[in-house]
Amino acid sequence: MTNRADSGRVERVNGPLVEVSGLSGVAALDVIEVGPLRIAAEVVAIHEGRLTAEAFEYTGGLRVGDEATAQGRALSARLGPHLLGGVFDGLLRPLEGGPTWLEPGSLVARPSTRSWPFVPTPLELGAHLESGTLIGTLMSESGVQHRVLVPPDVFGKLTWLSGAREVAESDSVATIDGRDVTLFELWPVRRARPARARLRTDEPLVTGQRVVDLFFPVAQGATAAVPGGFGTGKTMLLQQIVKWADVEVVVFVGCGERGNELADAVADLMALKDPKTGRDLRERTVVIANTSNMPVMARVASVYTGMTVAEYFRDMGYRVVMLADSTSRWAEALREFSSRSGELPAEEGYPASLSSSLAAFYERAARVTTLGGGEGSVTLIGAVSPAGGDMTEPVTSQTVRYVRCLWSLDRDLAYARHYPAVTWRHSFSLDDTLIANWHAAQGRVGWSESRARALALLAEADRLASVVELVGIGALPSRERVVMLSGRLLREGVLQQSAMSENDAYCSPKKQSALLDMVLAVHDRCLALVEGGLPASAIEEIDLTAVIRARDETGPDDDAGVTRLRDEVLARMGTS
Amino acid sequence: MSDAGVPVTAHDVDAPIEYTGATRVGGPLLAIRGVEGVGWDEIAAVRLPSGELRHGLVLEVSGDIAIVEVLQGTGGIDPELVSVAFEGRPFDVPVGDGWLGRVWNGMGEPLDGGPPMLAGQRRPVSGAPLNPSQRDVPSNPVFTGISVIDALATLVRGQKLPIFSSAGLPHLELAAQIAAQANVAGENFKVVVAGMGLTHADAAAMREVLESRSASGDLVLVLDSADDPVVQRVLTPRVALTIAEFLAFERGQHVLVVLADVTSYCEAVREVSAARGEIPGRRAYPGYLYSDLASLYERCGRIKGKPGSVTLVPVLTMPGNDITHPVPDLTGYITEGQIVLSANVHATGVYPPIDVLSTLSRLMRKGVGEGRTRGDHMALAAQIIASLARARSARELADLIGAEALTETDRIYLDFEDAFYRDLVNQRPDEVRSMEETFERAWRVVSVLPERELTMMPSASVATNYRGSLRADNAHADVIEHDATSESAEHRG
Ligand SMILES: Nc1ncnc2c1ncn2[C@@H]1O[C@H](COP(=O)(O)OP(=O)(O)OP(=O)(O)O)[C@@H](O)[C@H]1O
Ligand SMILES: [Mg+2]
Repeated sequence: MTNRADSGRVERVNGPLVEVSGLSGVAALDVIEVGPLRIAAEVVAIHEGRLTAEAFEYTGGLRVGDEATAQGRALSARLGPHLLGGVFDGLLRPLEGGPTWLEPGSLVARPSTRSWPFVPTPLELGAHLESGTLIGTLMSESGVQHRVLVPPDVFGKLTWLSGAREVAESDSVATIDGRDVTLFELWPVRRARPARARLRTDEPLVTGQRVVDLFFPVAQGATAAVPGGFGTGKTMLLQQIVKWADVEVVVFVGCGERGNELADAVADLMALKDPKTGRDLRERTVVIANTSNMPVMARVASVYTGMTVAEYFRDMGYRVVMLADSTSRWAEALREFSSRSGELPAEEGYPASLSSSLAAFYERAARVTTLGGGEGSVTLIGAVSPAGGDMTEPVTSQTVRYVRCLWSLDRDLAYARHYPAVTWRHSFSLDDTLIANWHAAQGRVGWSESRARALALLAEADRLASVVELVGIGALPSRERVVMLSGRLLREGVLQQSAMSENDAYCSPKKQSALLDMVLAVHDRCLALVEGGLPASAIEEIDLTAVIRARDETGPDDDAGVTRLRDEVLARMGTS
Repeated sequence: MSDAGVPVTAHDVDAPIEYTGATRVGGPLLAIRGVEGVGWDEIAAVRLPSGELRHGLVLEVSGDIAIVEVLQGTGGIDPELVSVAFEGRPFDVPVGDGWLGRVWNGMGEPLDGGPPMLAGQRRPVSGAPLNPSQRDVPSNPVFTGISVIDALATLVRGQKLPIFSSAGLPHLELAAQIAAQANVAGENFKVVVAGMGLTHADAAAMREVLESRSASGDLVLVLDSADDPVVQRVLTPRVALTIAEFLAFERGQHVLVVLADVTSYCEAVREVSAARGEIPGRRAYPGYLYSDLASLYERCGRIKGKPGSVTLVPVLTMPGNDITHPVPDLTGYITEGQIVLSANVHATGVYPPIDVLSTLSRLMRKGVGEGRTRGDHMALAAQIIASLARARSARELADLIGAEALTETDRIYLDFEDAFYRDLVNQRPDEVRSMEETFERAWRVVSVLPERELTMMPSASVATNYRGSLRADNAHADVIEHDATSESAEHRG
């Protein structure tokens, strides 16, 4: 095994599983290319000089005796200024401009013909530069300024720095420690990009979705999982976050999901403007699409590729959200391969390594001090598609252990067209206290208290609902009847939020609080009225549709409008 | 070079090397030793001494051994006498217009006594994935002529919308009706129906309903029967979809593909997987069933800059009426909504027996509205569904604590539900309803409710379409909540 053979031979083909002999100097997880179409495959095992690899494309027609060559590196993402606004496959090959039908070998990462206007940072020649140092920026037309950094594995003496000029893909912009730095770099996708330090996650990622922001908030740099049976609204919720999250960069990974959905999402992004920058939302988004009919093994790669892209922008000092729809398809791809390679299955056929793979993946989300000393974050939100809607199945139950937030989607709510169907019963946010402190520091002292009251009301209303099913509402005391009523107002007026509504698809934090406070104020007034002797039935006769309609009848940021409506309703209700 | 009079239709063999003798025969599998240059997933011609020719697929190549899965099974194969020739190409079929107006078996061989499909260009039946960035968003309706579907779960061109059913319900009848009636209002429209594991009686019934559409050359019928070999069943939908993709994207037609019964297909996949000795997943279905189904279902859609479309209606029976069973579950995870049939509705004699509250066409919003169907379509559908949900909870309440405990409004909702099934849903299996008629009926049904209850409808639409209260006694409605802006006073006692 001393001399390196750069050409080997295919010995066995069983679907994506390919065995190769005669290639040495190859490490586990390196990429090799097999057959006349040079299909990429990742080496997963090496045994007595024989490599077992999983191919990223359909291997039909691949024969014993076909040639195999080593790429000499692990599966790597080509990172650069071409990413924002693009649509890529799981191996980060551009899909736009590619062939209509993805025959094996037909999709290639062509060198970009574009060039970018590079503007250097004023730096002294001869200075010692650390990894992550800003050496220039690209004055791109996109809303997100592309920052050119010293790559993570490069540091040392700066001997040359380009002046301001148009730079093409192959041009270098600096020489550091004798190495040329270009706008592009390759990074092995399974390896987390380094940062200087992990920071506490205490600032919320505002999604504009009330049930998330008010009740189960996710922090910038934290993680959330969205489990739910089919049709419960995972994709819709993730797409809402793609559109409205207050971050600079969004990475959306469609992992084993629908082609039509992706086409729709991309069309939506082109039609919508970023409320902050006024630019097409698409310009801040990277879409990675490995739909369910695309090769299964590239699905595994796609989540790591997406994560790597997210970290790349994090390192520039941006807040990034990465969404994966659906992580279950990734886990299933792991299962498919492990069963093909004869690995001993653990639960439901998944490999025993499932749990550690999930943990390692979610751990890549973080808020960090970057190598360059700035601050950036990757928030990771993964949809989970439990088989049979069963939350105890391995992928769901393992994922729940590793995430900071759980937004559980409930089939009954979805069937009742209560969207987003996030159930307040089985969802959580472990960062709620930190985020409450953050709100308090922003002057919203009541945030935490309103939230707690609302959650308690919802829980009590649920408990009462099961009593009412048995005895009828008439048997409840007045106070409890008011709780039932307020529970409904909370569900319909605060929690429900239609992604299709012009006014309500996005709701600003101020309007969110105004809506919640309106319902709580109405609740208090109702309680005061029954205490004052008004029968509950009379309270139930009061027309409160205005409370429910407020979310839709005021603009996305119109908290004043909500407050006005609240005052009108309260005035109409009178006092006891 | 087909001898002994065995018709070689889809596959002509061009004299590649023939290997005689198998080292192993078992289940559908043959192991052939000493082979060279055999590619994975290519087809093999398996010849018996009698001259009978069967088709096989290469499942694995390892060293000089090829494992071949014989589509028609290995029954009657003597390992010493069988000979196998590898053809260096995947399983493929010729494409062209010649499929139309004809009946074929699950592998694309004629079942109607006519000539085999003339070899034109051949396409591998497994197809290639469509580049997602070249997909166009589905945005126009397919009309089925079935009121409840067209009104509440509109099928959209390029969509995949399955029918979930159970044994004993008329899903095949409904599928045949859709295949016979569907249209896109005057534009080119073709239908490809793939029967998988159908009994001969079901297949005959299907042929009869589809006869006139077939006679006019607008329909391809691919029929795999319950007694056909299971390995072949795995190919049937792929043959159908390959034909459909050609008609849609090379001939510019709008094509509807009906696949029935996907549960039989999945059982075939399971059986084949077990024969291969693969590790079973949920309910012994292989772990890759999701990807396998996706490789069928995702073959619908539209392509930017091309006129045609493929719309897919898979039909499946839920074993034990269990929606969490892997077949409906994985289907639901791939398709864009579902049409659910209900034994309870069926028991009331209503056809088609659709459970409206579990039914959803996720792409409907894109396919209806002004210029497509009608401006108030979406609102009307939402109003009907919300009202049915209210009727259902009223009925549940009545079951628990007695009908006398219902408010008058709730009782009107129960009347509304009755009218809904009677006047909108119920329809003959050979009855085609125009959209005008469907809307007319939908409004008649909605008009059973007092006007103030129509909170989801734009008031302009209510003003022109509302029939005045069609329910005689709802003037006594007990008002709990109402839309303050509608003219509700006249309805109050
Ligand atoms: N926030 C929402 N507002 C309005 N409608 C919604 C919302 N969420 C979900 N829906 C409805 O539910 C349907 C299904 O939602 P979605 O596609 O997000 O489900 P999913 O959980 O991703 O399902 P699958 O697992 O099958 O991909 C949508 O097509 C839409 O009709
Ligand atoms: Mg989804």
